[in-house]
Amino acid sequence: MTLSRRDLLLGTAGLAAGAAGAQLLNAGPAFAQAAAPQYKPEQGATLRVLRWTPFVKGDEDSWLANTKKFTEATGVEVRVDKESWEDIRPKAAVAANVGSGPDVMLVWFDDPFQYPDKLLDVTDIGNSFASKYGGYYPGPEGYAKQGDKFIALPLAAIGNGILYRDSMVKQAGFSKFPEKSDEFLELCKALKAKSKPAGFALGKAVGDGNNFAHWIVWSHGGRMVDEGGKVVINSPETIKALQYARELYQTFIPGTESWLDINNNRVFLAGDVSVTANGVSLYYSAKNDPKMAELAQDIRSTTMPIGPVGQSVELHQTTSAVIFRYTKFPNAARAYLQFMLDKPQMDAWITGSSAYCCPPLKGLIDNPVWTSDPVHEPYKRASSTLRPNGYAGPLGYPSAATMADYVMVDMVAEAATGQRTPEEAAKRAEQRANRYYRV
Amino acid sequence: MQSKLFLGLLFMLPAAIFLLVFLSYPLGLGVWLGFTDTRIGRTGVFVGLENYQLLWEDSIFWLSVFNTILYTVAASILKFMLGLWLALLLNEHLPLKAIIRAVVLLPWVVPTVLSAIAFWWIYDTQFSIISWALLELGWISSPINFLGDPNNARATVILTNVWRGIPFVAITLLAGLQTISPSLHEAATLDGATSWQRFRFITLPMLSPLIAVVMTFSVLFTFTDFQLIYVLTRGGPLNATHLMATLSFQRAIPGGQLGEGAAIAVAMVPFLLAAILFSYFGLQRRRWQQGGSDA
Repeated sequence: MTLSRRDLLLGTAGLAAGAAGAQLLNAGPAFAQAAAPQYKPEQGATLRVLRWTPFVKGDEDSWLANTKKFTEATGVEVRVDKESWEDIRPKAAVAANVGSGPDVMLVWFDDPFQYPDKLLDVTDIGNSFASKYGGYYPGPEGYAKQGDKFIALPLAAIGNGILYRDSMVKQAGFSKFPEKSDEFLELCKALKAKSKPAGFALGKAVGDGNNFAHWIVWSHGGRMVDEGGKVVINSPETIKALQYARELYQTFIPGTESWLDINNNRVFLAGDVSVTANGVSLYYSAKNDPKMAELAQDIRSTTMPIGPVGQSVELHQTTSAVIFRYTKFPNAARAYLQFMLDKPQMDAWITGSSAYCCPPLKGLIDNPVWTSDPVHEPYKRASSTLRPNGYAGPLGYPSAATMADYVMVDMVAEAATGQRTPEEAAKRAEQRANRYYRV
Repeated sequence: MQSKLFLGLLFMLPAAIFLLVFLSYPLGLGVWLGFTDTRIGRTGVFVGLENYQLLWEDSIFWLSVFNTILYTVAASILKFMLGLWLALLLNEHLPLKAIIRAVVLLPWVVPTVLSAIAFWWIYDTQFSIISWALLELGWISSPINFLGDPNNARATVILTNVWRGIPFVAITLLAGLQTISPSLHEAATLDGATSWQRFRFITLPMLSPLIAVVMTFSVLFTFTDFQLIYVLTRGGPLNATHLMATLSFQRAIPGGQLGEGAAIAVAMVPFLLAAILFSYFGLQRRRWQQGGSDA
């Protein structure tokens, strides 16, 4: 259901009529399961939205176009500011802390769980979307729902996937990219011997480093904490994962332990590595550059290999939309998100994002963008393979702090480079995580 | 008398308020936060020394202390020696003196982040210009892992900091050199002093008050450095270049643990005080300045 001027006029009339208006405004799940709640923006409402700087231009264009539609339908002026993606977390935290700043913000990972009581409850919208569009994928939902309450609205998973050079993989003697982690290791060995090596970030790369490290550990059945939040990283599964990391690292191009987020892009585009993991943006860097046309045609993509756990599990990057409780125009903000996250707008936005963003609702997953280019397809699976960063425990301060302190990345890097044995690395990660998960 | 005293206090008030609001309050708040478990988005409660106790048992914290001390000591000594040398050279009569002096200031003037990004390229594991040149020359067979190997990374960030800090030391000492009366040197030359003796017994003592000030500042800047590390390595590889300042930021802002971050920052204070006291009492001794010995 989209919000039009007519709805708003109806809302106003209803308000004047008293009881009827109250009913309209409170139309929630109790009223009718599928009916979307309706929010009437406050008189003279304006909104400030702070989002992360778009990775692809189409994202920004369609987000702004959707916002413009909202303004046309409701008369609410919306200012959309952007901030580099790494600055979002501190900015959001400070806004929540001091109680002023943007009304709506697009945040990352478990950010909403750092200040849940500063966020406006959006359960009505979340539930209505879930019932209307076949439910959320569990991963993105886990980042937005605390108990039964939506403290944020899942917006998208920014997929991480393997990007590889078809010609180099063939040169290494593989006609098809392996799906299992042990065959993947064989491929990497062959690539190093016969072609260009693989390379995955092991430095303090917020995105790429965490994606790779979490994949290594999770795909082997290791996990930072159990369901109750007890640190269980020092487990036989983790040790196996780290032994695997050690073997895999030896097939990499040298120096990956210093890589920040951008390094693998540069090396891949220079043709020095054959396989890396990244968002789809890397493919676009090549595709949009006429000089790299040949390289772009050689790029293929797939999901990270499946490890001993037998299913695809990945961290990805997740973004959710939150409304701060301090906003002066809560209904305008709710109406805005309800409008922006509904199917017509989301479809346009997902298409505009060129496979960068994967929708969190099962009913929105089908989009022409996934078939428009074969490289896009694996990124469609981001929302379904996604696992929250504090797996398997609750999200909150400890999960955020553990990831921000690079506990997982450091552990994998220490073991991979051989600086510590897998056993020592796991033990140290356990000690470090325990500092945050202490009772 | 009374009104004069009152007037004096009144005139001091703006300065006092300024100091209180912009200096004492943030510092006091930082110290207080270090004793609480404040997190971003939640005010904390007083937890006494818990943060410090946790840091005491934290190997990453101790690694960052070690890194910070190594970084500060190595970079400060190099900056001092090279800066002094550069100042002495610039003090000679050179053609185009003014232009050379202006050029020397460049590394100091360029914003750290900008120069660090340039260095980031220079030290890139795959695309380093240094590695490329040496490879082309056939001196090395594989690129140098500047920022990937812990010890290489430490040396790399120290050298970059030195590059950046030399102009400050050199230009300030140059100003000091120019206040030394030439007649002293002339007199010494007449007495048959060698150039080393003139340096040791005239230049150095005359310069030492300034050296004390310059090095105090230099040590403070180096000890609290943040931008360079943040751009080049983020404290990696494997935390080998994490300084107390970067660790404090990582834990406080992205990690949300304001209390712990503040505690790390407060833990820097004793080191800074020690550095200040050392330069104050150590380098400003009168006797030494007047050319006498320590005895």
